[in-house]
Amino acid sequence: MTGILPTALEEATKVVQALLLTGKEYICVMKLHAQVSEDRIRAVLGEFHGAIYQRPPIRASVKRRLRTRKIYYLNFLETDGRNVLFKVGCEAGTYIRKLCYDVGEALGCGAHMQELRRTRVGPFVEDEGLVTLHDVSYMFAQWQETKDENLLRKFICPMEKSLELLPQIYIRDSAVGAVCHGAHLAAPGILSLDTKIKPNDAVAIFTQKGEAVALSKALESTEKILEMDHGIVAKTQRVLMPRGVYPKMWRSGL
Amino acid sequence: MQKINVPWEIKRSLVVKAEEETDPRFGHKPDERPFPDFIKFGVINLDKPAGPSSHEVTAWVKRILSLKRAGHGGTLEA
Repeated sequence: MTGILPTALEEATKVVQALLLTGKEYICVMKLHAQVSEDRIRAVLGEFHGAIYQRPPIRASVKRRLRTRKIYYLNFLETDGRNVLFKVGCEAGTYIRKLCYDVGEALGCGAHMQELRRTRVGPFVEDEGLVTLHDVSYMFAQWQETKDENLLRKFICPMEKSLELLPQIYIRDSAVGAVCHGAHLAAPGILSLDTKIKPNDAVAIFTQKGEAVALSKALESTEKILEMDHGIVAKTQRVLMPRGVYPKMWRSGL
Repeated sequence: MQKINVPWEIKRSLVVKAEEETDPRFGHKPDERPFPDFIKFGVINLDKPAGPSSHEVTAWVKRILSLKRAGHGGTLEA
């Protein structure tokens, strides 16, 4: 199986939890165990849109109990004999091998996953800066020789890229230090925020310079937050920025 | 058919609650992080080859760049 595997370095490994929970897209070749008409394949694939039940396969890293997963889209692309090419956008934790098996059962003839390529992990897509292992080792060696930082920027992107699909909240310089120490975000610290935030949504907290400060859970909606002049707005769940980058601006109460 | 929101198609926009300037003495724009922080706070959009497992590929990246830590966002089975 090939395709997008966002790899976080050093401090940035803290953002992988955001990537694990994000949606994925795959291109898949499914092998049918009998010849089936294209119309029928299209019709059956259509039934797998939306919320589906799925039991993780035998070789899985999670408990094998029936669970629901959302299929955002499942587009038939083409057939070649018994091979069916399709593209699927799905929730994190959807097993495509199992999806193929289940489509085969629904068709009545059986099917298995022949080939799989991941074409999206949240904000990471194929046509924006995708690099191979070979590129990584070549460019890193070039950088070591020339010390030209542009070479690094060609294959490494800032960890903030990983958070692009999350609702964003921008905060004052004076609030950054406290959040880095694990404090929850209070209303007065907020400068701007995204629309459509709902209570319990995962959100990303940024400085005005666009640096990620923390992954948090919103407690209120965008509309409510805009009206608030005090109180906690988002609970800090994972601090991403090291302490000390921004100064400590709060007074310690005794 | 039920309508499902595709996460990467949701359009959001920023609304301003208060205005303030940021102090240039602290921090850096992510694109302008000086070395070696640029690597330490970096992510590679890697194309996993067929064959090795996701963990093996991540371990290779870690070794090539001589890092202490590296992690991947979602196992892609071998």
